[in-house]
Amino acid sequence: MGTMSEEILSRKLGREVRAGEIVIVPVDYVMAHDQTAPLAIESFRRLGMPLFDPQRTIIVFDHIIPAATVQAATLQRGIRNWMSEERVGNFLQEGICHQVLVERGFVTPGAVVVGADSHTCTYGALGAFGTGMGSTDIAVALATGKTWLRVPETIRFELSGQLGPHVYAKDLALAMCGAIGVDGANYHAVEYGGSAVRAMSISERMTLANMAIEMGGKTGLVEPDEVVDEYLAGRAREEYEPVLPRNPRYSRVVEIDASSLEPMVALPPDPEHLAPAHELQDLPIDQVFIGTCTNGRLDDLEIAASVLRGHTISPRTRMVVTPASRQVLLSAMERGYIQTFVEAGATVTNPGCGPCIGRHQGVLAAGERAVTTQNRNFPGRMGDPTAEIYLASPATAAASAITGYITDPRRLS
Amino acid sequence: MSRIWKVGDNISTDEIIPGRYNVTTDREQLAKAAFIEYRPDYAPNVRPGDVVVAGRNFGMGSSREHAPISLQASGIQAIVARSFARIFYRNAINIGLPILVCDELHGAVEDGGALHLALASGRIELTDGRVFHVEPLPEFVLQIVQAGGIIPFVQAGRL
Repeated sequence: MGTMSEEILSRKLGREVRAGEIVIVPVDYVMAHDQTAPLAIESFRRLGMPLFDPQRTIIVFDHIIPAATVQAATLQRGIRNWMSEERVGNFLQEGICHQVLVERGFVTPGAVVVGADSHTCTYGALGAFGTGMGSTDIAVALATGKTWLRVPETIRFELSGQLGPHVYAKDLALAMCGAIGVDGANYHAVEYGGSAVRAMSISERMTLANMAIEMGGKTGLVEPDEVVDEYLAGRAREEYEPVLPRNPRYSRVVEIDASSLEPMVALPPDPEHLAPAHELQDLPIDQVFIGTCTNGRLDDLEIAASVLRGHTISPRTRMVVTPASRQVLLSAMERGYIQTFVEAGATVTNPGCGPCIGRHQGVLAAGERAVTTQNRNFPGRMGDPTAEIYLASPATAAASAITGYITDPRRLS
Repeated sequence: MSRIWKVGDNISTDEIIPGRYNVTTDREQLAKAAFIEYRPDYAPNVRPGDVVVAGRNFGMGSSREHAPISLQASGIQAIVARSFARIFYRNAINIGLPILVCDELHGAVEDGGALHLALASGRIELTDGRVFHVEPLPEFVLQIVQAGGIIPFVQAGRL
């Protein structure tokens, strides 16, 4: 009996565990990327132990790829050397870690996946207990195949109704941050249920789960169903048995009627400060960014392309599009979305994290204002600390690129 | 006495060390980048033994371990906050940076003030004589701290 987190951890451990207990749990996969692997490797070497399993070790290059500076290139060379020393079984450089791990079938219902990236919580979209940790925690998992966890209490979001036209999973994710705040789920797991979630694709569920950490959440779980089974057919690397909540006790249940939502924007300095897009329409925009582990997937690009088709972006605004993975890029090319972006005047980059972390491919100057589909708008994240970052759905971002002002996408249709 | 560096609620890892400054594992470089944009006066003036006093949810956001390392390498003795974001909390414990929870201290001190912190007892005394006690660490976390961080803890076969 328990929440999804309690059930998953109980099954892993072969005994019933409850929220509040500290457990040492075996992990299915351990992931680090070009930004967090260097410190993980230093800690791993200090431990002086071999990899617990090279085939369950995953390194992804996505944060600064291709390397933008000598410093980044040097760190990446160090990671490559370490990977050949340790015979790491999985090295991926074809997009954002979270997108690629899901696409490549590493993530299955009931699995425990730890990653040196805070958005590892995204894997909950498929019913896996994914959680982000720092580099030394990941080094410990690389060496032992285990991690320690406090079994979390769970906040359950019941998301009823259906999203209206031009209202998306991102708007719902932002509404949840607004409802409980940026530390509302600190030390907790989050579960998402209700008719609005059942109707969502894997990609949309990933948008929700991705932003669990923006409420402080340890992971963000959706009950696996036939949508997950269909997605994993021919893709999952191993057999799985879905884990569902059984007579769960939640520390808090928050109900949101998805039908009542409108396109939302998160204002600086963090994702809990919200306003409806139409209330911000006087704010001029210098840059629009579409991409990231939150909203860089094929359906996100489809939404943005359908808004942009036949338009050009405002001369006062620049636009960057970064597909979440090579597969996303290839499909978007096939379907003509990339053509639409380029014709509209956007810069399309290689798959990866893009300008989300302010290191390359579209950094902001002092006082500039960006609308972006990413998950974080903390000061200094995308460049100068006085630049303002507004978070929105791909539709709102694309509409804003056309007008040069923050724009409710319903206004253009 | 330790100088107090007081910061507010919801200080993110981007404010502790922006992503542009953590393309390195060098502790000296990371120390110079601590609070580089949020508090440009911090890195040039912080002294060994100083204490950061924070509000709620200190260290929210990224898993970057560069954030606690930059503060540790800058020489501070500890961070005392009303609460910590989960990943930052783990990272600090793992690397042996003392992080202490005390709900009342933040409202009682000013930036630039001074306090005396007795790490072993968790007792904090201000210059005007007021005394605060930090919350005890959970037993398992305390064991990691007493081992000197997660690496010696694992090397001792305790995970």
